[in-house]
Amino acid sequence: MDVTAGWYLALGAALFVIGASGMLLRRNALVMFMSIELMLNAVNLNFVVIGRHTGDLNGQVAVFFVMVVAAAEVVVGLAIMIAVFRRRASASVDDLATLKG
Amino acid sequence: MVELVLFIVFGAIALAGALSMVLHPNPVHGALGLMATMLSIAVFYVVNSGHFIAAVQVVVYAGAVMTLFLFVIMLIGVDRHENLEESLPIQRPLAIAVGIAFLVLLGLIGGNAWITAPEAASPPNGTVENIADLLFTDWLLPFEVTTLLLIIASVGAVALAQYDPRPKE
Amino acid sequence: MVDYIWIIIALPLTGAVFLHFFGTRMGEPAAGAVASATIGLSFLYALAAAADFFTGSGEAEAVHLFDWIPALGANAQLLWDPLSAVMTLTVTGVGTLIHVYSIGYMHGDPRYGRFFTNLNFFAASMLILVLADNFGLLFVGWELVGLSSYMLISFWFTRPSAAAAGKKAFIVNRVGDVGFLVGLMLILANFNTLTYGAVLENPARFVTAGTATAITLLLLLGAVGKSAQIPLFFWLPDAMEGPTPVSALIHAATMVTAGVYMVARTASLFELSSFSAGTVATIGAFTALFAATIALTQRDIKRVLAYSTISQLGYMFLAVGSGAYIAGIFHLVTHAFFKALLFLGSGSVIHALNDEQDMAKMGGLRKVMPVTHATMVVGWLAIIGIPPLAGFWSKDEILAIAFGEGGWFTFLWVIGLITALLTAVYMTRWMYLTFWGESRWEDGVEPHESPPIMTVPLIGLAVGGAFFGLLNTPFRGPLRPAFEHFLEPSFEGVIAMAHIPSGATPWNLATISVVAAALGALFAYRRYRGARAYEIPPFASKRTGVWRWVGAGYYVDDIIGNLLVLPGKLVAAWTAFVFDNEVIDGSVRAVGGGVRRIGGWLRPLQTGFVRSYAAVTFAGVVGLLVWFVARGVG
Repeated sequence: MDVTAGWYLALGAALFVIGASGMLLRRNALVMFMSIELMLNAVNLNFVVIGRHTGDLNGQVAVFFVMVVAAAEVVVGLAIMIAVFRRRASASVDDLATLKG
Repeated sequence: MVELVLFIVFGAIALAGALSMVLHPNPVHGALGLMATMLSIAVFYVVNSGHFIAAVQVVVYAGAVMTLFLFVIMLIGVDRHENLEESLPIQRPLAIAVGIAFLVLLGLIGGNAWITAPEAASPPNGTVENIADLLFTDWLLPFEVTTLLLIIASVGAVALAQYDPRPKE
Repeated sequence: MVDYIWIIIALPLTGAVFLHFFGTRMGEPAAGAVASATIGLSFLYALAAAADFFTGSGEAEAVHLFDWIPALGANAQLLWDPLSAVMTLTVTGVGTLIHVYSIGYMHGDPRYGRFFTNLNFFAASMLILVLADNFGLLFVGWELVGLSSYMLISFWFTRPSAAAAGKKAFIVNRVGDVGFLVGLMLILANFNTLTYGAVLENPARFVTAGTATAITLLLLLGAVGKSAQIPLFFWLPDAMEGPTPVSALIHAATMVTAGVYMVARTASLFELSSFSAGTVATIGAFTALFAATIALTQRDIKRVLAYSTISQLGYMFLAVGSGAYIAGIFHLVTHAFFKALLFLGSGSVIHALNDEQDMAKMGGLRKVMPVTHATMVVGWLAIIGIPPLAGFWSKDEILAIAFGEGGWFTFLWVIGLITALLTAVYMTRWMYLTFWGESRWEDGVEPHESPPIMTVPLIGLAVGGAFFGLLNTPFRGPLRPAFEHFLEPSFEGVIAMAHIPSGATPWNLATISVVAAALGALFAYRRYRGARAYEIPPFASKRTGVWRWVGAGYYVDDIIGNLLVLPGKLVAAWTAFVFDNEVIDGSVRAVGGGVRRIGGWLRPLQTGFVRSYAAVTFAGVVGLLVWFVARGVG
């Protein structure tokens, strides 16, 4: 039984939905952040698999760029989180609701 | 046959890691679960002939990024169990409904065809040479722009780290 | 010399710009000296440029500076002919003396520098007006003098009455300007250009008598507004709220004569319509009489002179309406001398009495202010028309020409004669209440003669007021009518220039008017030499209703106020407090309120919880997928 691209794509979709659920269900800013990373990884997997299916290396280059952007995002995001934590001593995003309408 | 085994074994690890990250109340465990998922995905990269990408995945994601996460978790001291009770009224049912709907719809779309293009004769070879060839020709400008992005990110991180909310004496 | 005639305008304009930036810093007397120097240099330049006209070898010349609106024939182009030369010399000559006088008069004023900025600006504007070679530029000058008049009337704007007077002058002038502007449009429609040369040289080629009547009547409306004639005269007495040098320069000598100048300039148009010319003369004669009666009753030293100015401007209108353009301009110049003199003299008195303007608190100033008094005697004799002073020659020329025209103009001559008598009465009264009789100064006021910087201009004007008339006597020999010869080239194309009747008639007429003046003066002498003379009405034994009626200026202000201003104010109040509040603001408030209400409804969506936003976003993605499936993708 051959493992076709569809299998990987289904796995990627599952990982993506799990990440999205983490986004929506967890209050801890760090866990939400990790969920985002998971979603990015799911999409990366799709890039590579589709690249393999079509014989196109550009998919892997796209993954490379996603990784760079994710790294930058993590650096700034974590710095923000530390700054927020120093001020409020809490990592729960639900406490950051001062802009409530 | 080898690929099927790899897919089943590491696909299970990836799903388990992802689920443990979402469901485990302690973020440290969650981070370790995510690391497992990322390593599994690195394996899939190798299987799909993304050798260079797989290495970067291990070094950057599983290595640097996740270490950074753990470091921050330890630093701000949230390595205790989180209260998983939902405080927002319709958040949880909405999230579950939306997640299931998403999967179902993807299934509907993918049930017809995940990929319409015919399979290529030979898979691309994701070696360092080939990737570099593309990066420094077709993708040169985006590549240079990412350097700018990284500089901005590091400057921003330093600035945020130095920011002191308390008024000066 | 003539090619650079723009220097005459540029000098005071430069002074105004310079003083605008540095005048306050320079302070007194430097700012006044700069202003006086610029206008004085202008005068000298004009004198040099006019030299050819004096010798009789000069020709009218148009100097093109730059294109402005070529399509309308309205370019920055100046006309240097005897008429504009006379006006320029009057404006700069009298202007220089008044500038110098102001150096002393404005002493101690906190806005000393700004005063001279405005005064120089006015001079430049007036020179644009008189030097313009087309109606477009004339209109520019016309409006600029209106603006500077406004700024100078309300120079002491902290006084509400001064601010109101400035507004009044500006708005009343605007009424006349509308007529003027429509007149210019008619000219443009009929002649296709605004250039003097094309319009005024034989205009009969382009317009019928009817069109000419329409144009000239509209121009007359503008002239009536600027020169304070019936029915737009009532702004001028209030304009006396401005500093006295302003009254002398703008509201006696120069700006108010712009209407006369304009009628004289457009003489060839007025010649086409005997109706318009008759209207001009009639308005002039009646204004002269009307203003003279009011002047009899005034107690404010400057308001007497203001009504006197209106009256004298009436003479000028009578002259230009009778076709005696040169006589009108001649009276304009002599009047500039003696009325500026009288105003500056009254300024000297006001100055001496610590800003007192009520003649009831004057009297007996002859002894303490000998120089001012002596020059005022000259001005007094000049305005009532005693030979050989200037007023006699110019006023009697006008009366003689009106008499010579015959018909309706004989009636106007009678009015002019009565006015001459009344002029003698009110000016003699003025002299009595101010300089002669017993002193009625308030306690603690110690009058003193003004400093030389003020008396020297007075003497200069007195010399002009005394002798300028000799330039235009009807005699031969050294007293030949030089002024008329000087101006004649400007009116060559005009068909029927009126002249003094020949034979013995002028002598008889002159005798009659001198006798009238003497009778008036004698009458006033007998009536006002006693105590409390300021309370004596001119002709009745005691104060009657008529006296009050005349004294209030025939209640013209009240009639205008109730008939025109009040409805306007009501409409404005309705617009401001009802229409603006309810409709304009109401609609704005409704829009604002609606946005607020919608915002209130949408407000709960902004929960402040990041996860809610994420959920909504994800729901949106799902929505997109639904759309894909519905469209049958895949």
